[in-house]
Amino acid sequence: MTLAPIDYLILAIYFAFVLGIGWWLRRRVQSSEEFFLSGRSIPLWIAGLAFVAANLGAQEVVGMAASGAKYGIMTAHFYWVGAIPAMLFVGLFMMPFYYGSRARSVPEYLKLRFDEKTRTFNAVSFAAMTVFSSGISMYALGRLFQLLLGWSFTACVLLAAGIVLVYILLGGLRASIYNEVLQFFLIVLGLAPLAIVAVTRAGGWAGLKERLAPEMTSMWQHMGSAADNPMGVDAFAMVAGLGFVLSFGYWCTDFLLIQRAMAAESMSAARRTPLVAAFPKMIIPFIVILPGLVAIALTRAAGSGYALPMKESGVFDYDQTFPTMLAQFYPAGMLGVGITALMASFMSGMAGNVTAFNTVWTYDIYETHIRPGAGDAHYLRVGRVTTVIGILVSLGAAYVATIYNNIMDLLQLVFGFVNAPLFATFLLGMFWKRATGHGAFWGLAAGTAGAALTHGLTLAEGKGAWAAELYRFPSTMAQNFWIAIVAWTTCFLVTIVVSLATRPRPDAEMQGLVYGLTERPRDSGRPALLAGVVAAILLALNWYFW
Amino acid sequence: MKLDLRYPIGLMFAAFGALLVGYGITHPDLRAPLTPVNLNLYAGLCLLAFGVSMLLLARRSRR
Repeated sequence: MTLAPIDYLILAIYFAFVLGIGWWLRRRVQSSEEFFLSGRSIPLWIAGLAFVAANLGAQEVVGMAASGAKYGIMTAHFYWVGAIPAMLFVGLFMMPFYYGSRARSVPEYLKLRFDEKTRTFNAVSFAAMTVFSSGISMYALGRLFQLLLGWSFTACVLLAAGIVLVYILLGGLRASIYNEVLQFFLIVLGLAPLAIVAVTRAGGWAGLKERLAPEMTSMWQHMGSAADNPMGVDAFAMVAGLGFVLSFGYWCTDFLLIQRAMAAESMSAARRTPLVAAFPKMIIPFIVILPGLVAIALTRAAGSGYALPMKESGVFDYDQTFPTMLAQFYPAGMLGVGITALMASFMSGMAGNVTAFNTVWTYDIYETHIRPGAGDAHYLRVGRVTTVIGILVSLGAAYVATIYNNIMDLLQLVFGFVNAPLFATFLLGMFWKRATGHGAFWGLAAGTAGAALTHGLTLAEGKGAWAAELYRFPSTMAQNFWIAIVAWTTCFLVTIVVSLATRPRPDAEMQGLVYGLTERPRDSGRPALLAGVVAAILLALNWYFW
Repeated sequence: MKLDLRYPIGLMFAAFGALLVGYGITHPDLRAPLTPVNLNLYAGLCLLAFGVSMLLLARRSRR
């Protein structure tokens, strides 16, 4: 695929706009609270769209199209089961504690509610994870553009990272959030036409159903047993593993997302941020998954003019689904918009990681353990330096990934172990005032160990079972879901037992941090009604694609 | 100092839309391998309409 001059022009205009937004906002950044939290003054619609966009990285676009081609419409479970219910929960029930506690980060909430060691455990693992995941997505972007357009890996990665660095240094979190909204519209409006022309080509949804095997076009009918569907997951593992443990663990505790809501201008706006975000989140599967379904349908139909590329080993190279579809369906001009949208999705994901990283590093690690009590101007400077260092470490990680792919897989696995039990800690912390700091810390440690142990004792597609093989899963996805279920349950139980055995915290210290000791926020803006509308649409979608 | 985000969003999409519409008109026979319509023209019109409506919304709230 080669780009025409008009495509480069579009990409250049986009770069000018994101940099321009950072430049425009530069003078507002006078304090660390503005740099890290946008002075808690972001309007609701902007916070809501940034909440979705920060999660909508390039890996999601490319990866979900790949999953669509591999597993069919079941991929939508990652949205309609694996995101929306948790988004409603965090908005309705958890945001009052996050926003109301005036904590500046998620780890800081853990410090206020529990103790220093629990905060540090969370802060260190989160900081390491965000830096490495932005490195991994940088690697993915560099590879994609190298393969697709023949660009140099180094030039591409440096250009994209450099632009993100400049606008965050200039405008802080506000520049990141404003650009995420711009990027969100670009991703949706730039990629939706692909879904429309591709599905039309395949004869609409009815045509797709005709061309594909029944388990590719229904979400629930083939989930009675793991053996009946291409994911190798049964309905219980899907709902409990993905829909409950992993989804709530991510959407309700990941600071990358919560930071967008914490930056909102009021409690009522903060609560509605994830609810507003749920609307576009429900629509995104149509844009990213449907092209994957069309790709596999056209590949199976002889003479359709499209075929998924193969790897040397003779299996489909699913990661190429989205880019090759773009190349086949977009002419020069629109192709520039599509490529720019991919670039935008990468930047929104990366900026999300970077802004979350610099905040956690500065407040929860530097100010807490390295240099407490310095003036605000000092922490603002540290925040800026951390932004540069964070991006440099990510760049390093991207290069490590080009050489040692296995190290990255291993790191992602370890981060998965640390993340899986998190939601149990927050759930107990927010809704059970008897939970103690020792309980939370040992619960997390036990949950992480439980996750690692489950991985060590079970085998799936040749992965895991490094200790002994006690059980075999039909797919790594099923294995991941079960690891999460075990980790969550272990953390939940250990936290309760240790809490009951340790001294409770006096109620007076936990005002505003836990249910029962917090004044209920007034329901201004009707969050329950908003959540009801989302739930109704969600049910309708599941019913239609049943 | 204060930035109404709808201005830059509106401007960028209006620019993309205008570019694509112009390209679609000057290259009316340009087609991607699998898309039988002049996608630049139609998608360009949509982007242009979105950009212009963002600009109008921003202007209306300023008055």
